[in-house]
Amino acid sequence: MSGGADTRAGGTRSEGAQGAGPQGGGARSGSAAPPLLEVRDLRKHFPVRGGILNRTVAWVKAVDDVDLHVRPGEVLGIVGESGCGKSTTARLLMHLIRADAGRVTFDGALVQADDAAGLREVRRQMQMVFQDSYSSLNPRLPIEETIMFGPKVHGVSAGAARERARELFTLVGLDPAQFIRRYPHELSGGQRQRVNIARALALEPRLLILDEAVSALDKSVEAQVLNLLLALRRELGLTYVFISHDLNVVQYMSDRVLVMYLGKVVEIGPTADIYERMQHPYTEALLSAMPSMDPDRRTERPPLTGDPPNPINPPPGCRFHTRCRFADDVCRRAEPRLAPVQGAGGGTGGDGRGGRDGGNDRNGGNGRNDTGGSHLVACHMRAVGSGHGLAPG
Amino acid sequence: MHNPAHAGTARSPLVRAEDVTVRFESRDATVQAVNSVSFTLDPGEVLCILGESGSGKSVTLRALMRLLPPRRSFLTGRIEIGGRDVLAMSERALADLRGTEVGMIFQEPMVAFDPVYSVGRQITETIVRHEGVGRPEATRRALDLLERVRIPSPARRLRAYPHELSGGMRQRAMIALALSCRPSLLLADEPTTALDATVQIQILLLLRELQRELGMAVIFVTHDVGVAVEIADRIAVMYGGRFVETGPVGQIMRDPRHPYTRGLLTSTVHGSLRGTLLEAIPGSPPDMTRLPPGCAFAPRCRYAEPRCEAPPPAVDLSPRHMVRCVRAA
Repeated sequence: MSGGADTRAGGTRSEGAQGAGPQGGGARSGSAAPPLLEVRDLRKHFPVRGGILNRTVAWVKAVDDVDLHVRPGEVLGIVGESGCGKSTTARLLMHLIRADAGRVTFDGALVQADDAAGLREVRRQMQMVFQDSYSSLNPRLPIEETIMFGPKVHGVSAGAARERARELFTLVGLDPAQFIRRYPHELSGGQRQRVNIARALALEPRLLILDEAVSALDKSVEAQVLNLLLALRRELGLTYVFISHDLNVVQYMSDRVLVMYLGKVVEIGPTADIYERMQHPYTEALLSAMPSMDPDRRTERPPLTGDPPNPINPPPGCRFHTRCRFADDVCRRAEPRLAPVQGAGGGTGGDGRGGRDGGNDRNGGNGRNDTGGSHLVACHMRAVGSGHGLAPG
Repeated sequence: MHNPAHAGTARSPLVRAEDVTVRFESRDATVQAVNSVSFTLDPGEVLCILGESGSGKSVTLRALMRLLPPRRSFLTGRIEIGGRDVLAMSERALADLRGTEVGMIFQEPMVAFDPVYSVGRQITETIVRHEGVGRPEATRRALDLLERVRIPSPARRLRAYPHELSGGMRQRAMIALALSCRPSLLLADEPTTALDATVQIQILLLLRELQRELGMAVIFVTHDVGVAVEIADRIAVMYGGRFVETGPVGQIMRDPRHPYTRGLLTSTVHGSLRGTLLEAIPGSPPDMTRLPPGCAFAPRCRYAEPRCEAPPPAVDLSPRHMVRCVRAA
């Protein structure tokens, strides 16, 4: 009944398939390719209002000076616990909410929030899939109409859009004959998420932002959808930003992983570096909090005590210092900045850039920009030149 | 099938469920949520019911305490807790059982607490109501409980209202409330699912420790294999309202015999699978209003054969390992 829910992504991309997309699978092909998406100093602080005058009494620093880039064909995973800012980052990248500061560059061109035409084009090339598969579909439209909607808005004729919708159904493993006239409530969660992926692909985007896109699915269905996503990426040369709280899924999907904590990037690097040679004490804690899956080797002690602090007015200095067992005086005073791991290299040709104190120069140097596949960490204890020259060693 | 003479024998189980069946009826459909589930639980044992959404795991747990909506649900079978027949109990007797013998914790701690009273007041009230001790004594015990579940500055937290606590603290407070009358059985319905990873592991380890110290039996419902492995002595895998496989946790993880259990384990992602295609289970979970008379998993099972159209037999591979599949026979 559920149709061929397997990993077939066998559809062909007809006319206009090129979409200027780069060839897929280029993920590990060195760091030469210029980034498809690049973000610098991205910031979003939400005001907290209170009191009888409804004044702003505090700020939630949801995203605080985040830098990242995504190369064509790669999967960048973003992990972190609730309130770390990963979903806000996604919304900022899509320009669904307005950033307080920061520059977003897509395919070499600066995206300007007040350039309506430019934004529209960027939104065509960058699409998003959300966690809640039901609320992202119009309950009153047959799913076919939902999928046709985007292309029609962008000037495709109804007939061509319908044709395209059928192709997309096949592409995501749903039999068009069986499904196109259905309404969202007539589908299972996994099928609805396939429809959402089809909707996202309708405009032939180059980059998909998947925000907890498989988190609400049962494990057996989650595996189907992950297989589908990887097949689509291969066939269509897509680039993903894959956001999840599930470390196993992120490890499985990603080429590089970015770890966030209270609005800050604490560590970023190739997946193997993050999972096997993690440097930040928070990354370490997060990874050792994963259930062991082996009844003979159960977790013996929790890596951290207490809950993550409230993102309203986060702690000064390193935001993790309140829970960090290595925390030192410098951690309470100075905010560490992303810098190459000490004794770099770490296996992945870390280009050891940044030098001893290179990180201090925010504008001049290109130290932070051209980070290739290197492994960066924001920790006074573990990074070279994490800032302020206060760090020991 | 027929009820055996209860209790007796060498070591009587704390919980005995036989042919527990739950249907939900509405005007246009009947949901066969739980279909003839039977199991026993020894004192001090931890059983995890592992299943995906809609498999009937939470309904099974609620049925044990008769917490299902009375008019729309139909519960049959036999349930004994501590030798007492739960289905024959009066509401009054049931309320006593719920506080003293059996504690419950849920995914969402806000449902366990009344938002308008302080946490301390709710815990002391429970102790006073069930144990008939004075208020000062009850307050002392409440403080002790908060310490036990490792809530920092417990004296201050006693005066806090539920909404003033963070998610992890609230979950700890709910555990304190559930343990306030020293139950011999704790029923836990996905208590860590809404928590962040670093908090989840703390709560799991806390539960494990309290369970050992107090010698409590626990029935823990979860959809997460990893969580089950951290806490269970025994796992019952549920699909389509049935226990399709039960066995000691080591056996289930190392040698799963039901095709669904195997599928569940192979489709649970872990890092070493990187670069390989996941062995997903095709299709979707069954429609519980239209369950086939035979094996509910057969439509998704790659080993399905004509015999699967009849109800699958429960095959005992060993005294502790049961599989409900024709191929195991």
